Amino acid sequence: MPPADNDRQVTPFPAGLWEQPQPVVPAAVAEVAEPVQRIRVPASMLYRYTPGAAPSRFLRGLRDKRILGEKDPVNGDVYVPPRGMSPVVGLPTTEQVELPDRGTLAAFCIVHIGFGVNAPPTPFVSALVLIDGAAVSVYGTLLDIPIEEVRIGMRVQAVWAPDEELTTSFENIRYWKPLDEPDVAPELLKGHM
Amino acid sequence: MLEAPLVIEYPFNRTTGPVIGAFLTGLREQRVLGIRGVDGRVVCPPVEYDPQTSEPLTEMVEVGAEGTVTSWSRVTTPRDGQPLGGAHTLALIRLDGADTSMLHVVDGEVVTGDRVRIRWADEREGLITDIAAFEPVEGGV
Amino acid sequence: MAPQRDVAIVAFAQTDHRRAVPERNEVELIQPVIRQALDQVGATIADIGFTCSGSSDYLAGQAFSFVMTLDAVGAFPPIQESHVEMDGAWALYEAWLKIQAGHADTALVYGYSKASPGDLPRVLSRQLDPYYYGPLWPDSVALAGLQARAMIDAGLIDEAEMAAIAHRSREAARGNPHAQLRGSDPLDELLAAPYLSDPLRRHDCPPITDGGAAVVLAAGDRAREWSKRPAWIRGIDHRIDSHNLGARDLTVSPSASLAAAKAGVSEGKVDVAELHAPFTHQEKILATALGLGDSTVLNPSGGALAANPMMAAGLIRLGEVFRRIEDGEADRGVAHATSGHLLQQNFVAVLEGDPR
Repeated sequence: MPPADNDRQVTPFPAGLWEQPQPVVPAAVAEVAEPVQRIRVPASMLYRYTPGAAPSRFLRGLRDKRILGEKDPVNGDVYVPPRGMSPVVGLPTTEQVELPDRGTLAAFCIVHIGFGVNAPPTPFVSALVLIDGAAVSVYGTLLDIPIEEVRIGMRVQAVWAPDEELTTSFENIRYWKPLDEPDVAPELLKGHM
Repeated sequence: MLEAPLVIEYPFNRTTGPVIGAFLTGLREQRVLGIRGVDGRVVCPPVEYDPQTSEPLTEMVEVGAEGTVTSWSRVTTPRDGQPLGGAHTLALIRLDGADTSMLHVVDGEVVTGDRVRIRWADEREGLITDIAAFEPVEGGV
Repeated sequence: MAPQRDVAIVAFAQTDHRRAVPERNEVELIQPVIRQALDQVGATIADIGFTCSGSSDYLAGQAFSFVMTLDAVGAFPPIQESHVEMDGAWALYEAWLKIQAGHADTALVYGYSKASPGDLPRVLSRQLDPYYYGPLWPDSVALAGLQARAMIDAGLIDEAEMAAIAHRSREAARGNPHAQLRGSDPLDELLAAPYLSDPLRRHDCPPITDGGAAVVLAAGDRAREWSKRPAWIRGIDHRIDSHNLGARDLTVSPSASLAAAKAGVSEGKVDVAELHAPFTHQEKILATALGLGDSTVLNPSGGALAANPMMAAGLIRLGEVFRRIEDGEADRGVAHATSGHLLQQNFVAVLEGDPR
């Protein structure tokens, strides 16, 4: 027998709780045209962002077109991009593992409404790519393929920025493109999606 | 060490509700409104519900454009977004006819008990910054 | 609220607090602290029934900071977890409630922040009312100055007494290896310094700090297994004053007084009190509100004037009192935490060790 679902016994709000009476406003203000109903109060704050130790190691590798994951010290899973910690065991990742710039499409979505200054023309394919040897997938864009041919399990290859444009940025990988290799069976992607 | 500038922006567009809306409309018209609490005291800037009893408040009243400094702190390192570009005084000001104090800036040096008056912004759009600043009232106590 | 179950703090760890820790991200900052707290009781996350953290994305500009720092816990298989956008002391309160409700017997609580990436006095203005205060971008130091001014005007404190609080706190911090500011210039030099935001001088203000802290809670026999002398939470309460600064009497703290009464501060002697008073004059307000007398040692750690990691400085007050009870330096103590501007919200807990 399932436990009693006490959380669902919700007390109704008292009558009138969400009703706010109209204030009586002096005529000099009440009778003006277009009373204020909304305000625009944008807030902008500048930070000096530092990524931390493990992400810095990863970003420096990208400058040399190297993808450096980091290994879980207990179960050996390789995280990319590394954030410094294995989320499964809660211990620091310290051993770097160089990964190839190839992988398998683990999931995708066809984007019809783009946003951001760097988004490709719509429609385009946003992708989760499981890089060979990694335990988790990375986010990117898949181009150079008709949208109707995109499928989970297809092999993909990173397309890097020109050498003279390489920086310590994940944007060094401009996008991913199809790789002419046999597809990976979707069941082999289980647990990595 | 790697570092990069990061700007976080919130393009807030807020609804005011009828009480704050009336107050901000008033500022646009160079008038300041408070609201009468259950105990008869005038709260300015106005609030929708009584601070003591939580009863809805409805009687908005006009208060003066002059008032008295009830506390102050001198700001010599101004920050982005503050109403005056340079050094100023952050102050709590109880406007004539009000029983609570408004937070704003004074263009100049004042101390507790000094009289100040509103200097209106040339272009007003229904924001607290329609009050450009307060300024000391010459010879006023 | 009167406790239904005996719940105690049984472990406490904190970072070595610094002005800036640019070489680590937040999860790299807090992980060693979480690990130390668990190691003190020989526990792993599998032994912990509930995990709760306190942090704020605004401080470092890091979206979903608390989700990222969960990586430090080892949160798989999925754990029971929650988060507050407040000081870790309020996370501790939620964890205490969870244990009182019988949903857990043990809890891990942590709080942390990196304030160094942003302009903290400006960032903190985003806590304020967005219609009347926010568009003025009042900085946190100038706001605190309004409160200090109100106290001075009322004859409740003067600048010399404020300097003496700063001096005593930072001299006490010489004995605190984790503190950021250890030791103070002489009183006459403090008072000769220029104002930062009249009437506040630099010494009246807390340092800006990157850091964090973690504690472990346990109920009943588990607490006795995990600590040689658990600090039992005899009373705990938190209250809030109006956000409307212009409608408050800034010289007093009704919320702290009421929280102290509900927590039972006056029901026994108070050997030690750790008050989360970021500004010097606030210590006076709080000591008065809590009814603390000369027999109580105030802020032996140096308090928030010696290290003030946002979202952790309140939790650290609980940890500092726990440590003194566990070590036998004190039998009964009070920990206070605050949140918001000008002591808007106040948390009080009474901690007590078993008779020796």
